[in-house]
Amino acid sequence: MSEKQMETTLAPSLGKRVFASPATRALIALILVFLLGMVFNADGAFFKIGTHRDALRQASVFGILACGMTLVIITAGIDLSVGSILALISVIFSLMSIHWNWPFWISLPACILIGAFFGSVSGALSARFGIQPFIATLAMMVFARGLAKTVSGGMKVSTAVQNPDGTYRYVDVPSIFRAIDSRILGGNLSVVTLIFLVCVALAWLALSRHRWGRYLYAIGGNEEAARLSGVPVRWAKISAYAASGLMSAVAGICQAAQEQQGDPEAGQGYELWAIAMVVIGGTNLMGGRGGIGLTLIGILTIGYLEKILSINAVPEASRLMLIGVIIIAAVLMQRVGRK
Amino acid sequence: MDENGGKKDTPLVRMKDIGKRFGSFWALTGAGLDIYPGETHILAGENGAGKSTLIKILAGVYREFEGTIEIGGKAVRPRSPLEAEELGVSVIHQELSLVPSMSVADNVFLGRSLTRRGGFVDTRAQAAVARQYLEQLGVKVDVRSPIEQLPIATQQLIEIAKALGRNAKVIVMDEPTSALSSPEVDRLFQMIDGLKARNCGIVYITHKMEEIERIADRITVLRDGRLVGSAIAPELPIPKLIQWMVGREIDQQFPRHTPTMGKERLRIEDFSVFPRGFHGKPDVEKVSLHVRAGEILGIGGLQGSGATELLTGLFGGYGSLWKGKVFFNGQAVRTRSPRQAIDRGIALLTNDRKATGLILPMSIVSNTTIADLPRLSPGGWLRMKRERGVTEKLSDSLNLHSASLDRSVSELSGGNQQKVVIGKWLQTDPSLLLLDEPTRGIDVGAKREIYRLMNEWTRQGIAIILITSEMPELLAMSDRILVMHRGKLTAEFPREEATPDAVLEAAMGRRMEKKAS
Repeated sequence: MSEKQMETTLAPSLGKRVFASPATRALIALILVFLLGMVFNADGAFFKIGTHRDALRQASVFGILACGMTLVIITAGIDLSVGSILALISVIFSLMSIHWNWPFWISLPACILIGAFFGSVSGALSARFGIQPFIATLAMMVFARGLAKTVSGGMKVSTAVQNPDGTYRYVDVPSIFRAIDSRILGGNLSVVTLIFLVCVALAWLALSRHRWGRYLYAIGGNEEAARLSGVPVRWAKISAYAASGLMSAVAGICQAAQEQQGDPEAGQGYELWAIAMVVIGGTNLMGGRGGIGLTLIGILTIGYLEKILSINAVPEASRLMLIGVIIIAAVLMQRVGRK
Repeated sequence: MDENGGKKDTPLVRMKDIGKRFGSFWALTGAGLDIYPGETHILAGENGAGKSTLIKILAGVYREFEGTIEIGGKAVRPRSPLEAEELGVSVIHQELSLVPSMSVADNVFLGRSLTRRGGFVDTRAQAAVARQYLEQLGVKVDVRSPIEQLPIATQQLIEIAKALGRNAKVIVMDEPTSALSSPEVDRLFQMIDGLKARNCGIVYITHKMEEIERIADRITVLRDGRLVGSAIAPELPIPKLIQWMVGREIDQQFPRHTPTMGKERLRIEDFSVFPRGFHGKPDVEKVSLHVRAGEILGIGGLQGSGATELLTGLFGGYGSLWKGKVFFNGQAVRTRSPRQAIDRGIALLTNDRKATGLILPMSIVSNTTIADLPRLSPGGWLRMKRERGVTEKLSDSLNLHSASLDRSVSELSGGNQQKVVIGKWLQTDPSLLLLDEPTRGIDVGAKREIYRLMNEWTRQGIAIILITSEMPELLAMSDRILVMHRGKLTAEFPREEATPDAVLEAAMGRRMEKKAS
């Protein structure tokens, strides 16, 4: 008798539900950032299309990492190795393209596979051997960085190629580098941004339209219940880390193309930016909740904030402090009105 | 503190007319307990009778309750475990509250360290005093060694030393022997004698008859949250005690219809389950049973009976950590994972829907379809409309009422949550349903609904194995009843011959054959 009534009275009103949804809250933060940009528009620089193109281009590499990070965080895990894998792949991709003259249709898939392999190793360490994801990926972070330095001989892999007699000669920048670093749509969109958007779309398809994504949510929501419902927990977790490694590889390729070199020191601290973007979007580190749309909002929030501060010539030191404060503000806002 | 503590007629603690409500459910109504100095007081009752709730009120865990508590003649209301301890009440819970990595002495003084000036812990003084307490208890142990290196029995004794260190007048032990070997039990009982000699009052909760017979001075029985009675041990022999424990009329309406049974659905022979690996002790030891299509096989037992582990093992929940033979529909099978079990048509409704049944942040639809996703999403791509369709159909047939099927299941009431879990398993088209406490924590209306469904399922030829700690439910819904005690089968009753007393006796470890002892 009362069951039906009780359930309906429990349901909050539509307005409250919309406001309480993480997406709305994350959007409010993004809109505030945009308003900030309009007010401090640096003599109209904020209203130029080039500014937006650059903001998006600069956010793209981080954004690609954040897509992979979202998949892992939804399983209640974390991936600290993304920055190191980015560096490793940028070195390997540069070696393949510049030194060995491999065609892109071999080097691209090879790099992506290597990234996925390293990701799946972290995944297996945590899912198969029960090592906490934080520790497993921390170890992978250190290892991949070391490997990047080993492979590159500790130096940047650039178009200055050393001859056998010790002198240097300059070779052409590989065409694949130029292609990735170019712009399309009349110069209004960077190719890396396009790649980033494709990553967002793929991650969205996987999370929202595919069984695999449902499994990731289930594992993050209640791993034991998922296991007892026949979810292949181990396989799904390993593949989530593999996907994160794959995205890191894509980011590494983009980074190498943009810098026209493979830098074994690249990507330091990028994992923290990726995590910050996911969290600002409202995806919970406890797992089971969130989504790629939220992460996209988080990426844009940080990306634009960074851009607005830089066109207003705020020095980097103050920029970092401000962003730190804003991360906390955004996360606190996610919590307002919840228990 | 009380000078007349030795006099038997003034209780140390008097709990009267205690009532405690969880939501709309009264866990206790008019319960009570008098604890006298120098006595071992057994608190008895079936699962869910309210024993733990009553103890938690005394220990200050639950602050909201009705009724009165007097300690040493003064009315008190302990509002936290700390306050209860200051009043002289120490509770030793089943899960010990020790810090495994810290030393024995540090644990004894946990939260009230002996300090020197400036707040520095006086390690030496602590060690000396801790050693003194433990000697009183007859425990020889290096007080500097970390707790985790000691056997569980010693840990239990250290927990008691901790209680002594707090000057406890009343010590409550909740099934303290569940992890102890029999010499260790002897030592514990010696220690209890020592405590009695010091005029402490002991409250002892147990499900084991032989322990009651050995140490009881006084027995209080609860049933359905009410006080049935209290008597000194000689006035309450075991048969009478059992009658007090189960003695309700089975007056609830249980609509079990006479089933038409089909072929044998499942047979297991010498089935043992080793959740902690084959080197450990099995939780289920050489159990053989069978269940037929359309039959409800009830398994009775108290805590630690192994019934839950039996079902989990059958379902592949412990991987291949089991031994024995399993025949499903006449064919020998080896189930090593829940996925294999589900694909064969076996479903396990676990006994804790929040911990192991539901994925709380996910929606009703996603929870309903999760176990059947491989079939519902051929090729891997989700068919949202199809998922919604099957969920709508199931929630209609289960009378699940919710404003929207997209709501997260964490927002539903207990009864509706249970229906979502049931829906999840029905969606997999099972031919064998393993139900572990299917009506736990749901209201009467939802319970009746589930009984109705069980009848319907058996009519469709589904076989059911039912575990329930509620005696009336077990007796009324089962076509046949098995009883387990500590991992072994102790009795089997056809429906007509099962009585509450006989089932409970078997559940407490008396095998039918050896009734004379």
